[in-house]
Amino acid sequence: MRWTKYLIWLAAAGAFYALTLVLSNAGFISRFMLMTMVQICIYIIMALGLNLITGFTGQLSIGHAGFMSIGAYAAGFLASTYGARVSAALTEALGAAAGGAVYYIFILATLAAGALVAAAFGVLLGLPTLRLRGDYLAIATIGFGEIVRIVLLNTKALGASSGLPVKYSVGWTTAFWLMLLSVVLIYNFVNSSHGRACISIRENEIAAETMGINTTKYKVMAFALGAGLAGLAGGIYANHMYLIHPNSFNFLKSFEILVMVVLGGLGSITGCILGAVVMTVMNNALSAFPEMRMIVISVLLVVMMIFRPNGLMGTTELRLPFRRKAAGGKEDVTHGL
Amino acid sequence: MASEEKLFLSIENLSQSFSGLKAVANFSMQMEEGELVGLIGPNGAGKTTIFNLLTGIYAPTEGSIIFRGQKLNGLPAYKVAQRGLARTFQNIRLFADLSVVDNVKIAYHQHVTHTALSSMLRLPGHFKNEKIMGDKALELLKVFQLEDKALEQAKNLPYGQQRRLEIARAMATEPKLLLLDEPAAGMNPQETRELMDLIRWLRETYKLTILLIEHDMALVMGVCERVYVLEYGMLLTVGTPDEVRGDQRVIDAYLGEEAP
Ligand SMILES: Nc1ncnc2c1ncn2[C@@H]1O[C@H](COP(=O)(O)OP(=O)(O)OP(=O)(O)O)[C@@H](O)[C@H]1O
Ligand SMILES: [Mg+2]
Repeated sequence: MRWTKYLIWLAAAGAFYALTLVLSNAGFISRFMLMTMVQICIYIIMALGLNLITGFTGQLSIGHAGFMSIGAYAAGFLASTYGARVSAALTEALGAAAGGAVYYIFILATLAAGALVAAAFGVLLGLPTLRLRGDYLAIATIGFGEIVRIVLLNTKALGASSGLPVKYSVGWTTAFWLMLLSVVLIYNFVNSSHGRACISIRENEIAAETMGINTTKYKVMAFALGAGLAGLAGGIYANHMYLIHPNSFNFLKSFEILVMVVLGGLGSITGCILGAVVMTVMNNALSAFPEMRMIVISVLLVVMMIFRPNGLMGTTELRLPFRRKAAGGKEDVTHGL
Repeated sequence: MASEEKLFLSIENLSQSFSGLKAVANFSMQMEEGELVGLIGPNGAGKTTIFNLLTGIYAPTEGSIIFRGQKLNGLPAYKVAQRGLARTFQNIRLFADLSVVDNVKIAYHQHVTHTALSSMLRLPGHFKNEKIMGDKALELLKVFQLEDKALEQAKNLPYGQQRRLEIARAMATEPKLLLLDEPAAGMNPQETRELMDLIRWLRETYKLTILLIEHDMALVMGVCERVYVLEYGMLLTVGTPDEVRGDQRVIDAYLGEEAP
């Protein structure tokens, strides 16, 4: 019983994934569209992480691209430095097919490493700064993002200002399933006692603390999880894009991610997914007119503030109508899943 | 008074200044386990400040707070709560956008034993604890006659019910000492009477010790065994409701206000 819901969702996701494969093999999904779809996955993961920090826990962070670049550089550095050697050794030992499969595991490990390094930086940044309130935290996180970018621009071992080339080894399949895994993990987190502890900080920090919630611990936890997701997204980005450059992770990128979360609804998972899709599609559609992007974003935000001041979804989730009520006409209060 | 080590709560020479203003000055009080004590005084006397000091929201400028043999001052508020002190707020501080039942569940969080990871992976520990938590929360809501509002947003409750929900939430932390800051404020006489009964009932049922701030003198005199009277941050007098009611200094302090 407990797992039926997951199995249904898994089957739906599998069907969707199979459909994309069929369509792209038949030529209905172009390479450009597939690239957009990978980017959508990357930004969904980014937006999920920031939503956990800002939407659910209420801590304004504007340096999320900084964590993304840390994950991208950590994963990219491992893949570009050891990738060729690992690949050659595996092919020699196991043959081309099995060696290739194990090499893929190596690539996944670099992604995990990127996520962990970024999460560690999340803790390092969070511990001293999360005592700051509102505006000060925002300024500290902007500063963090810029410092990371400038350090990377000046680190010769990581390519400095000419960027770091990384072999292409992650495509739609990996991006899609890792995105799905991230959504499930974060959905489970926010719909649990620990997630509610984070939300209580957003709602009323003094009351949360007075009810026995260690607010610092949960802020740092949200920061670490959010930063880890950004690191994961960065790793996917690095292994997909052939080349990473510090300036791809600038303040504007952090801002765009914040816009995705705000647009979708702070504190709504389906909302931030929607926001990531809308923003990525729009960015790619306007890629020939980069100067138009900021204008469109501004207009979008103004329109939203007028018509839906809490974002497309507010704090609510998009649900399938038949899941809404449990037996007896009331939603299950005692928590099934 | 009982001997030192038997004391449930002992406050010694507590002082708190806000940039020169002495909100609480040299305040001392003792409570025994199971007592129901009132804390009264005119507006701005420092009553809420004492609650904020007790619950770790402020660190006292001077003095000490010993609760069941352990020093409380200097501890962060969440640790004070985990030692068994819970409170309500004069200006209601619910988790306004969350459901009534989630408000209560959050207060129960300190008792859960499963990790965040087991929730993310939906391991058995998550289901077990969430079930216990859900059951306890509903049980409490039943006591406070809020169970049919369980899924409503806290901010949508009428005022009196919000006050009740605040007490329910405080009870979910499973406290030994409950601090109520003007629980009857904004209630009509009927609601106030029900609240009096509820406070007595809670105390009997959960073996609670209660410290009550209240301007409604009928309520204070009706339920409290001893009353501390505060004026300008200092202790004016302490005694049974009858002693306090007849004290000329108390009458003077309240002059111009509702006489006790
Ligand atoms: N955080 C603060 N900063 C500065 N002054 C404060 C602060 N908190 C309380 N005060 C001041 O301390 C004094 C005591 O306030 P307190 O809220 O404890 O009074 P009270 O007895 O609870 O009054 P009331 O009956 O109106 O609730 C007041 O003069 C108040 O203005
Ligand atoms: Mg007060």
